[in-house]
Amino acid sequence: MSALLAADQLTMRFGGLTAVKEFSCAIESGELFGLIGPNGAGKTTVFNLLTGVYRPSSGTVTFAQSDITGQPPPSIAARGMSRTFQNIRLFDELSALENVMAGAHLRGNINLFDALLRTGRHAREEKRQRDWAYKLLAFMGLEERAGLAAKHLPYGDRRKLEIARALATEPKLICLDEPAAGMNPSEKQGLAQLIRRIRDQLHVTVLLIEHDMQLVMGLCERIVVLDHGETIACGKPRDIQSDARVIEAYLGVADG
Amino acid sequence: MARNLLVMLGLLAGCYGFNFVMAEFIEVVYVDYINLCGLAIILAVGLNVINGLAGQFSLGHAGFMSVGAFAGAYASIMLTYGVIESGPLSFVSMGSFLLCLALSGLSAAAVGALVGAPTLRLKGDYLAIATLGFAEITRIVLTAQDAIGGPTGLKRIPKMPLLPGSEKWDGGTSTFWIYAFVCLVILLSVNLQRSTFGRALICVRENELAAETMGVRASRMKIMAFVYGAFFAGIAGCLYAHYQHSVRPDDFTTVRSIEVVVMLVLGGLGSLTGAVVGAVIVTLLPQFLRPLEESLGLSGLSMVVYAALLLLMMLFRPQGIFGQRELSLKLLRRLVPGGGKESRP
Ligand SMILES: Nc1ncnc2c1ncn2[C@@H]1O[C@H](COP(=O)(O)OP(=O)(O)OP(=O)(O)O)[C@@H](O)[C@H]1O
Ligand SMILES: [Mg+2]
Repeated sequence: MSALLAADQLTMRFGGLTAVKEFSCAIESGELFGLIGPNGAGKTTVFNLLTGVYRPSSGTVTFAQSDITGQPPPSIAARGMSRTFQNIRLFDELSALENVMAGAHLRGNINLFDALLRTGRHAREEKRQRDWAYKLLAFMGLEERAGLAAKHLPYGDRRKLEIARALATEPKLICLDEPAAGMNPSEKQGLAQLIRRIRDQLHVTVLLIEHDMQLVMGLCERIVVLDHGETIACGKPRDIQSDARVIEAYLGVADG
Repeated sequence: MARNLLVMLGLLAGCYGFNFVMAEFIEVVYVDYINLCGLAIILAVGLNVINGLAGQFSLGHAGFMSVGAFAGAYASIMLTYGVIESGPLSFVSMGSFLLCLALSGLSAAAVGALVGAPTLRLKGDYLAIATLGFAEITRIVLTAQDAIGGPTGLKRIPKMPLLPGSEKWDGGTSTFWIYAFVCLVILLSVNLQRSTFGRALICVRENELAAETMGVRASRMKIMAFVYGAFFAGIAGCLYAHYQHSVRPDDFTTVRSIEVVVMLVLGGLGSLTGAVVGAVIVTLLPQFLRPLEESLGLSGLSMVVYAALLLLMMLFRPQGIFGQRELSLKLLRRLVPGGGKESRP
């Protein structure tokens, strides 16, 4: 019962459509965990359920030993779960640095009074955010981009910036929704190394949605497979690759 | 913080000097324009936090202003004369005036929180309509209150308190008081905008869902923006009432709310500098067009110019004069030929 994140029988219905059906999984602290499945399988919906964007139709989410089902996103972020978005959602007008600093805002403890009067406390907090943000930008290889508006960054960097921003909230678990989408093979390789370093050096548990099978299989220690909202397999990459239902799900999609 | 206090003290001294110059050397009409500009700046800079930074399109600023105006004026009359009666104007004492200002700001801020909370779920046009509706309701409710004069409103609102040495000033101390608050709202807003709070507000504007998943409590931020903007609208209302010596509910129609939004859009939504410049243009334009109108015998010219200006703006510079930029040393350096070293991203 020491799993960092446990989803129990999560179900999400949109009107008549069951996007996710009785999804259960337990992710241990320090794991690199993969979530895969064909298009429309319900992967992003699972992320939305875990991070509080949607309230599940039924089922529960337990994170770090507390029930967080139905809690709003800011509370879940405060508990230490962060995420990126499949359709990138950066703060476009802000610089790369400010985007990451915005993520760091969560761990600050200043009030409006400090902000309006520029107290010493505010100055210290601002410095903390700035230093931490620079560190993370450097970690993601984006230090040269710090001053650039997010909307002017090239695509691959925008994805990396989202990861840096999510890390700035000092999460225990980071959920990455197709972070390699739209990247070329060498960029993907670099990203895979980064994701591994997020786990190894920053000690953040990783939950990863990714379509690139090579990347997922090489990176993740355990994988769960969704198809039409249902969990069809869960296990080590080797077992997943040879699982008959998984092959059918993917080939079926490839043929269709 | 200590530096901020020093800056504010310096600015207050500056306002005193400004008032002195106005009283001694400037014609009364122009002083009036300058005072009206100051009131407009307070309104626009406050609204910029709601509409520009937090990205919540509020069209109800006149509503907040009216709450502050009536609260402050009523308190001031009661503290000075004790009754609502006609008679000669006198000065409100310094202590009472500060109390009235605080009351105006706080009552408007409270209304801001009340309006902010239920309208949190509304976005864009819906929010605009809801806030517009709120301002109209406020106006109608105020009109129905006999205790504050009903449709004719309050008259004989005392003059703003004297300052040492101001006894001989013709126009009184209005310029000092108005510009003291112009300085205060600009100083606080610059601080806010550059603070981690300001950044969180901008995050809500840029992408509410992302802001929430990064731990920014969007609803709290929006209410905070409403409270802040409404507070200064209330202050502006109180100053306006003391400046005009009378207020009517009809001073705060939708037209006035729209006017403040136009100031922001003209200057560049989200830019504090833009808010200030927009406020000055929108206030002065009709004043300077009116004489032109009369000499040419073309009544209604100012409305045409006004509309044309806005249309041209929409066509050629929809982001407003300043966009989201601020007037800063960096920008000045860039504008001076050969002076800008930084390359633009
Ligand atoms: N807010 C919503 N309202 C209605 N239906 C939705 C909503 N969100 C998702 N769906 C539906 O739920 C199903 C699962 O969508 P989801 O985005 O979770 O898939 P996915 O596995 O992330 O797919 P992809 O690989 O394309 O990103 C789809 O059929 C989708 O149309
Ligand atoms: Mg998806």
